[in-house]
Amino acid sequence: MSLDPATVKRIAQLARIRVTDDQVAPLQSQLNGILGWIEQLQEVNVDGVAPLTGAADMALRMREDRVTDGGIAEKVLANAPDRAGEFFAVPKVVE
Amino acid sequence: MSYTVAGAEGEWEIVCGLEVHAQVTSQAKLFSGASTEFGAEPNSQVSFVDAGFPGMLPVINAECVAQAVRTGLGLDAQINLVSKFDRKNYFYADLPQGYQISQLYHPIVGAGHVEIEVEGETRRIGVTRLHLEQDAGKSLHDQDPSRSFIDLNRSGVALMEIVSEPDIRSPEEAGAYLRKLRSILRYLGTCDGNMEEGSMRADVNVSVRKHGEPFRTRCEVKNVNSIRYVMHAVEVEARRQVDVWESGGEVRQETRLYDNVRGETRSMRSKENAHDYRYFPDPDLLPLVLEEAWVAELKTHLPELPDAKRARFVSQYGLSPYDAAVLVAEQATAVFFESVAHGRDAKAAANWVMGDLFGALNRTGRTIEDSPVSAAALGEMLDLMADNTINGRIAKDVFEAMVETGDMPGAIVEARGLRQVTDTGAIDAAIEAVIAANGDKVEQYRGGKEKLFGFFVGQVMKAMAGKGNPALVNEALKTRLAA
Amino acid sequence: MTSSLTELSIAAASEALRARKFSARELTQAHVDAIAALDSQLNAFITQTPELALAGADQADAALSRGDAGKLAGIPLGIKDLFCTTGVRTTAASRILGHFVPPYESTVTANLLRDGAVFLGKTNLDEFAMGSSNESSAFGPVTNPWSPPGKALVPGGSSGGSAAAVSAGLAMGATGTDTGGSIRQPASLCGIAGMKPTYGRCSRYGVVAFASSLDHPGPFGRSVADCATLLGSMAGFDPKDSTSADRAVPDFAAACARGVKGLRIGVPREYRQDGMAQEIDALWEQGLAWLRDAGATVVDVSLPHTKYGLAAYYIVAPAEASSNLARYDGVRFGLRGQTNGDLDDLYELTRAEGFGEEVQRRILIGTYVLSAGYYDAYYTRAQKVRALILRDFTEAFGQVDALLTPTTPNAAFAQGEKVDDPVTMYLNDVFTVPADLAGIPAMSVPAGLDGAGLPLGLQVMGRPFDEETVFAVGAAIEKSAGFTARPRLRAGV
Ligand SMILES: [Mg+2]
Ligand SMILES: [Zn+2]
Repeated sequence: MSLDPATVKRIAQLARIRVTDDQVAPLQSQLNGILGWIEQLQEVNVDGVAPLTGAADMALRMREDRVTDGGIAEKVLANAPDRAGEFFAVPKVVE
Repeated sequence: MSYTVAGAEGEWEIVCGLEVHAQVTSQAKLFSGASTEFGAEPNSQVSFVDAGFPGMLPVINAECVAQAVRTGLGLDAQINLVSKFDRKNYFYADLPQGYQISQLYHPIVGAGHVEIEVEGETRRIGVTRLHLEQDAGKSLHDQDPSRSFIDLNRSGVALMEIVSEPDIRSPEEAGAYLRKLRSILRYLGTCDGNMEEGSMRADVNVSVRKHGEPFRTRCEVKNVNSIRYVMHAVEVEARRQVDVWESGGEVRQETRLYDNVRGETRSMRSKENAHDYRYFPDPDLLPLVLEEAWVAELKTHLPELPDAKRARFVSQYGLSPYDAAVLVAEQATAVFFESVAHGRDAKAAANWVMGDLFGALNRTGRTIEDSPVSAAALGEMLDLMADNTINGRIAKDVFEAMVETGDMPGAIVEARGLRQVTDTGAIDAAIEAVIAANGDKVEQYRGGKEKLFGFFVGQVMKAMAGKGNPALVNEALKTRLAA
Repeated sequence: MTSSLTELSIAAASEALRARKFSARELTQAHVDAIAALDSQLNAFITQTPELALAGADQADAALSRGDAGKLAGIPLGIKDLFCTTGVRTTAASRILGHFVPPYESTVTANLLRDGAVFLGKTNLDEFAMGSSNESSAFGPVTNPWSPPGKALVPGGSSGGSAAAVSAGLAMGATGTDTGGSIRQPASLCGIAGMKPTYGRCSRYGVVAFASSLDHPGPFGRSVADCATLLGSMAGFDPKDSTSADRAVPDFAAACARGVKGLRIGVPREYRQDGMAQEIDALWEQGLAWLRDAGATVVDVSLPHTKYGLAAYYIVAPAEASSNLARYDGVRFGLRGQTNGDLDDLYELTRAEGFGEEVQRRILIGTYVLSAGYYDAYYTRAQKVRALILRDFTEAFGQVDALLTPTTPNAAFAQGEKVDDPVTMYLNDVFTVPADLAGIPAMSVPAGLDGAGLPLGLQVMGRPFDEETVFAVGAAIEKSAGFTARPRLRAGV
């Protein structure tokens, strides 16, 4: 499985990273280098093996339903690159 | 299954499934301790977790899990003792983490069903699954000419996504399914069902086909926020698809938007490109494992649900299935009815609740929860009728006074002297006066025109200001006219 | 006096502080001075906080004189700039967080502060902890203190700033995070000890996430005992992290003195790689001989899927990272790209400007392996290989109490030497990645020098939540190795 230039652009768009036309070719070769190397996993016999998502061998712990947070609008907004009063602001979204 | 869309080439059948997003009733959010209360100041109910700050981690709210399980039990569904959370990745201004935590591969609730009744026919609509997920924040587009504003108060609020099978065949069935589902959720206390505040929203999947055909391509109409709109969206989207097929076109699988002003659906092309959510197990969370005993315990505390209550109302109170259905649609109504009916004539109780009380609530724009007439008051009024303190006609007046003043019926009857007259002397006197004043009609009656009897009853009651005991008046009048 | 203060072990410093042989302020000042003198050469710190450090030292002095000082009172540490620290800029060595000031404290640093530790500043790292050479930092590369004159070597990565600072005597210890080897590999390349505990032992709350299922916070120290002391403070159950283990924290420092008599030590034959430097092989043999002499039994074991760990890691880690780093979008915090365009323009410019090359590369790989049509071939398969790697370890630990291997296939290399080929760079982590995939505790102990005089480490791996045995074995090697060499660039020289 190797990437063509269109796929590189599509992935970059999915990841919301601007890739200029002259960046596509070098990226394509780097990514294909990595993906080609990863291909070695095809050698492994994984028949009947359950995928392992993480190393923590436990069940999910639950917390009780109590309001313990919030009421910190100023702190939440303090790092915002653009804000309008109590809101975060972004370029207008047209639906 | 009689509903069809008429086309030039014949009849088309609607195939519809609904994805309902129901906000879980809880104090705090699904993965953070911020409040879920509606209508707070912008960004005031936001933790760093909800705003997707670096290093912040989700911790699940036990009550949200319990609510999902209760709902699953209420839908007679499979409860999955092991479920898992996945990330649905996409970029949007009101999605702070860049992903929504949801359950794609292993939902907490599996297959169940909802029974609906349309035009006297009962149908079972399959529920495919129910899963827990986070809500996103809210974008405001009309506050500024060049910018959209983001409020994250809703970000992280727990939702149950309830997905139906494509079993719905008409707009009416879609409406009935939603009403029934909302009723069940409200009975369970797991969602308040308030569509105006956005606590219930539906995505409507519609396709059409000719009878006996396999499914054709479907479209998803997103975020329709009232039952009426859902019914209308099903109708107009089906109509549109029939027109596309019949004009030689092909329905494209896509996401569409329902425009309630123009009464149409239209393509959301902006959301079409590059739909690839890259779901994968959320590595910040572990499998959600439920104890069977815990689920069983929740089950023993479930309230009686609408279908069971309706059946009981029919058998216990002798109500018609229709009346029973009306009374159980809202839990508060059912509770009200039962408290009025307790130890009394249940049919009379049902008639008063569905007739006069519903009428009064409608007129005054109130709900049963803030009814001016309490169940105790209505019950007392039925008692006053049963022991002949007032008759049915006076009862109507007393009831109106109860609606107006909120007073108890006994007090109204005393204060206004509405007690029914059972004194035969007073009745006889009134009869004598009526006979004396209507000699000609007495002659006609006695000459065989028995229809006039009603006229005499009316006149006597009128003379008694409506307070005569109808049975006594009838009896005395019959005797006197026969003499 | 000043130079000897930067040479002390944590235990010795603590004892001297309690005996009031010197004050916490003097100890901190010595380190502040060392940073001032040396960091222009090393670039180990992204943000220095001398005033905060001295204020912390004064508090420690007050507590010491009151007699209610915590176990790390007055001990000056470096904090990897991936741990959020209230009111102190936290950058993850990325332009995208270049001015981010968190209003909250990570649990690990809060635990250290609770015990009286003093923070000297935030140490350099590979951007978002993605790297093995500390060359991908937006704040410039870190120079290994062992670099010979005129040649800049890498300190390893991603926690290169922490490792360099501890090695050079700029800090008595430091925090790090290990996702594919980011504590053990720089520890090895800088001649110090570094411990990656069991997954779930140290909370991830407040640590800028790289790959959630693989990120392990842990300590650096110049000795095994110092690592044990620091881990004892950093570790512990945290209800704010759903993957945190609800287990008591053992006395790790005491475990260092246990010895290895009667322990069975496994030698995984798959770690013997073609082309591995002969000196590394020899050091490994030497390590096994030391353990045998100390009373342990050495046993050959097999970890058949070792070879595939790295490839599985380079699917799992980028996949998780592509999602974890989606929140850096220029909306709520961090850098925002300048645009008159729409929201997608804003996202794309912000992320193109804010993320460096390696981070972008990994986000793209991660996005690709999760995308429709490729998920099963890449991601699911990698998770299955991950399960096989855990199974290998589980079976090995049925036969032995700990495993001994080299930490890295090579000593420190020159800056710029491997940056052009990502895969060659990734091969640095071939020995360290399996323990991250399996979540088992593993540490690197300095054991010797190569022909060029550069430090080499040995890696000890243990059963889940049995850090005590890992420390016992590590301490035994440390004792036999008698590693006393010090880097050329160091405080007080
Ligand atoms: Mg949907
Ligand atoms: Zn949903």
